[in-house]
Amino acid sequence: MDGAEVRDWRAEGKANGIPAPIAMLAELTHRCPLSCPYCSNPVELAQKSLELDTSDWVRVFQQAAELGVLQLHLSGGEPAARRDLVDLVKAARDAGLYTNLITSGIGLTERRLQELDAAGLDHIQLSLQGTDANMADRIGGYKGGFQRKMQVAEWIKDIGFPLTLNAVVHRQNLHQLPRAIEMALEMNARRIEVAIVQFHGWAMSNRDALMPTKEQAQEASRVVAEARDRLKGQLVLDYVPADYHADYPKRCMGGWGTTGLNVAPDGEVLPCHAAQTIKSLRFDNVRTKSLSEIWYRGSAFNAYRGDDWMQEPCRSCDRKKLDFGGCRCQAMALAGDPNATDPVCVKSPLHAELQMHTALLSRDKTAELTFRKQPSA
Amino acid sequence: MTDGLSPNSIPVIPRGVRLHWDHVREKWVLLAPERAVALDPIGHAIMTEIDGARSFGTITTALADKYGAPHEQVAADAGEFLRGLMNRRILEVA
Ligand code: SF4
Ligand code: SF4
Repeated sequence: MDGAEVRDWRAEGKANGIPAPIAMLAELTHRCPLSCPYCSNPVELAQKSLELDTSDWVRVFQQAAELGVLQLHLSGGEPAARRDLVDLVKAARDAGLYTNLITSGIGLTERRLQELDAAGLDHIQLSLQGTDANMADRIGGYKGGFQRKMQVAEWIKDIGFPLTLNAVVHRQNLHQLPRAIEMALEMNARRIEVAIVQFHGWAMSNRDALMPTKEQAQEASRVVAEARDRLKGQLVLDYVPADYHADYPKRCMGGWGTTGLNVAPDGEVLPCHAAQTIKSLRFDNVRTKSLSEIWYRGSAFNAYRGDDWMQEPCRSCDRKKLDFGGCRCQAMALAGDPNATDPVCVKSPLHAELQMHTALLSRDKTAELTFRKQPSA
Repeated sequence: MTDGLSPNSIPVIPRGVRLHWDHVREKWVLLAPERAVALDPIGHAIMTEIDGARSFGTITTALADKYGAPHEQVAADAGEFLRGLMNRRILEVA
């Protein structure tokens, strides 16, 4: 792709009021040694044999930088499962991207971390399934995983990588949140992301086992607010609250097709990681089109830009520029219509029913975890 | 910790934070974990003075001289800007 082509797309995008994206999530693989029951990967995982190769990714990173992406998140599955991870990091840095690795830590040795350091990796996000081996190994479905993660955290600290601890919390481990915050401090992390499980991907089949109670959701908000205050300037806390218990939905990605994009392991380009659950959308692939063409012209990206697609009550609501009607994938999952108001919203006709259902789910005493599976070869 | 920006403290841009010319939006940005902070010309001028060796006082004096602005005003504005970054752990002081 030559530079001139990109600029043409950009001019056209600008004329249509489409900003350039800031962030790209590269799902390098769906393979992962862990099998977290809330994994955000799609239930139909991309096969290993269909994964993009090194040169494909290098091209995509260069196209992303030209398109205006500043932040690149290397994710998965477990990105360390890619043998070419160090080369990919180097290529991303060479393209001028701020390069972040989102990992469970499994598959990272001290040597590999040093190589990532030399390749210019900017930042690491380490996921936390629980604050002790019992919880973490049960939720991650991987025995010995916690201990290895703690070792990886030591190496990260020794090398001096900037670190964010990603704590995914739900009914089974929410009581460990204060300890997770302490652990972030012990690891010298600058940030902790506390995310109450979002019900997409595999989490959807585990709502009965993972749904926090309303009391837990409120307690989490309290713990986060208290820690933010106490640790100001020391630890940054980013927080994703439990939206099923809320009155208004979460903003969709900062706006569908305005801020970020996802590239799946097989090269499909998605407006968000759960977009494949909306069966009416058609996705383009980086194997056949440039990222710019896909971003500005792709039908999936244009599907929910602006507000022409909105129905009532969103259409005439004064919050529509704030939350964009909530999450399209959640509207699909809960209302069966991707154009509907996100049922989390008090104005949705489905809100009352959802709240009742949520309360029931959060009190299910017999629910068992369904773990995510591995993609086929 | 965040009140700790005195004329003697030495601001340091920590590892994982860098200045970047955004050729698409045509402005300087500060890239940090999960953040891209757009810099106006003043923010950029402050950031480029930070070298990890000179004190905040020296920096604000240099800026005041360079732009012919009252030192007190420069120190107040730069202090507010840098404290904001410190709270977000995008800047550290030695
Ligand atoms: S959420 Fe768990 S299973 Fe899914 S990619 Fe992350 S570590 Fe792997
Ligand atoms: S009605 Fe739609 S736009 Fe209004 S708050 Fe609810 S989801 Fe948001």
